Amino acid sequence: MTKKVMTATAAISNAVKLAKPDVIPVYPITPMTTVAEYIADYVANGELDTEYIRVESEHSAMSAAIGASSTGVRTYTATSSQGLMYMHEVLFAAAGMRAPIVMGEANRSISSPLCILNDQQDSIAQRDSGWMQFYAKDGQEALDLTLTAFKVAENENILLPAMVCIDGFIITHTNEIVDVPEQEEVDRFLPPYVPKYSYLDPEKPVTVGSFTDSRYYMDARYAVEVAMNKSVEVIEDALKDFKDIFGREHDLIETYKCEDADIIFIGLGSVCSTVKVLVDEMREKGEKVGMLRIVSYRPFPSEKINEAIKNASKIAVMEKDISFGMGGALYQDLKTTVEGKEIIDFVIGLGGRDITPSAIYEVLERTKNPTKIINWIGVEEVD
Amino acid sequence: MDFPKEELLAPGHRGCAGCGAALAVRLALKQAGKNTVVITATGCLEVMTTPYPETAWEVPFVHVAFENAGAVASGVERALKAQGKEDVNVIAFGGDGGSVDIGLQSISGAMERGHNLTYICYDNEAYMNTGIQRSGATPWGASTTTSPSGSISYGEDKPKKNMPMIMAAHGIPYIATASISYPEDYMNKVKKAIETKGPAYIHLSQPCTTGWGFDPSKTIEVGRLSVETGFWPLYEIENGEFKVTYRPTERKPVVEYLKSQKRFKHLGEEQVQTIQDYVDNQCDEFGI
Repeated sequence: MTKKVMTATAAISNAVKLAKPDVIPVYPITPMTTVAEYIADYVANGELDTEYIRVESEHSAMSAAIGASSTGVRTYTATSSQGLMYMHEVLFAAAGMRAPIVMGEANRSISSPLCILNDQQDSIAQRDSGWMQFYAKDGQEALDLTLTAFKVAENENILLPAMVCIDGFIITHTNEIVDVPEQEEVDRFLPPYVPKYSYLDPEKPVTVGSFTDSRYYMDARYAVEVAMNKSVEVIEDALKDFKDIFGREHDLIETYKCEDADIIFIGLGSVCSTVKVLVDEMREKGEKVGMLRIVSYRPFPSEKINEAIKNASKIAVMEKDISFGMGGALYQDLKTTVEGKEIIDFVIGLGGRDITPSAIYEVLERTKNPTKIINWIGVEEVD
Repeated sequence: MDFPKEELLAPGHRGCAGCGAALAVRLALKQAGKNTVVITATGCLEVMTTPYPETAWEVPFVHVAFENAGAVASGVERALKAQGKEDVNVIAFGGDGGSVDIGLQSISGAMERGHNLTYICYDNEAYMNTGIQRSGATPWGASTTTSPSGSISYGEDKPKKNMPMIMAAHGIPYIATASISYPEDYMNKVKKAIETKGPAYIHLSQPCTTGWGFDPSKTIEVGRLSVETGFWPLYEIENGEFKVTYRPTERKPVVEYLKSQKRFKHLGEEQVQTIQDYVDNQCDEFGI
């Protein structure tokens, strides 16, 4: 293992190089551009033997990825924001066609107004596409989850695409110390992808991406549901292997001081790092608080979440997305899976608005003394 | 010309009687053979050949969406290259809607990147799969459900988009127009296209019995009339060299072509003359 200081996009690019995808169609977009650039450099310098396709749009990036994956090869791409929105239609096709593509995704706000800074509306808007979604808190976790995503996506019982999300700028452009694993270790963790089922081969002609009707459509969709549910244990197994080989431990959720907490903050990505620091500070002031970070948003680890929050009475959901008038997606998911807790939703940090300690103290205060369920932090709300 | 007997598009598909698209594929696959991967855009061809759990395709086939056959083919081509299967023919089929309209960007990208693939646009001059709505390839004067003729309308009011020349502007090594009614000319062009190292584009006239309004037994005849009148010129552009591949000995008046189809039946003498003038200019330009 080599420890180096690098940005999260460099860490992700290192993971991609180590995973050795056969095909990488990619279209640059802020703040994920450097992934396209790092990979281009690897190819230009002979460090990575891959078919790098300089596509003319994100829609074509995902379409080319589906075409490539349909031939049974390891396939990667990366995008963000408007690019992800442009892919929207074909994301569903990728999942329905059971193409185990892995994609890096830098969370960035959605136009309009046009804004290149962070929130998570872009990937949350793809929630129902059938993709697995992992949210990393830093470059190291993004590297580790990228390798894990390939292993899970390509598992013959799963065969679903996976996106590894990191907060744009907040994480993508932050330099941190990253352990870059050795190729030999990665090869042990992630052997070459050998497709088991149908793929495009003139020796064994099959038809992929059929037309169908009501006799078969729903069954195909249900098969995605079954695979998504099954993926929880496959991810757990993959993370066990990961720990055995690389020594680092990951889980579908991260918890901090939840055991005896009365109020638990729940969120995705980098906001939880801020909360974690404040949990200690709040506890010094006598507040019984904890933090739960959801690493795997799809599949949604309901059991683990319920177990972790069983002793709390209140949940403060902090999220960087909104379904207007109805709160954020995570709030709705938690309302579906959690019983007997008071859940209060906080829309926070949209378009890169700073999430300061005082903002999180406001969340705490409004959780202790709630006046409404859906709260916007950092704007003057209209009653 | 030897036509292999083997059919790689199996009978029993759901194409209309007299469907020109099925013929377009059958002939192309006779030339390309089994060592081929086919990509299609959403459209008649895809819907009529792949109703799960059935398929008419005897070669590997993939369909993803309407507007992305060029990009999907790009991914297939490079993935086959990554596996050392560079000898496999990659052929994408798209209708005029999926190629000339909604898929134009995706095809442009594929052509510009120089992928080793053949794109065949089977042009029936409207969105036939959804019930005859006009496309950018609908010719002036044709009545469709979204450019209907009426008391103050002669149908489509814009000339056909010149897709082969848009492809030519990409500087790709091989471009051709063809017609299913001239199978030998078409198959020669398919052969050249698949043997071309790099991108090749064929723009194929595919008369549509349902959308154009003619008897299913007349598909070939209507296609011939389009060429014999000069309405549909047959040419190729090989490494920048333009060549007409078929010259009618004596060009028939375009009215013979127009009167063979219901979509033009509303046109009066004046409109027919407009189309005749257009065709005359085109033939002058091409030396036909």
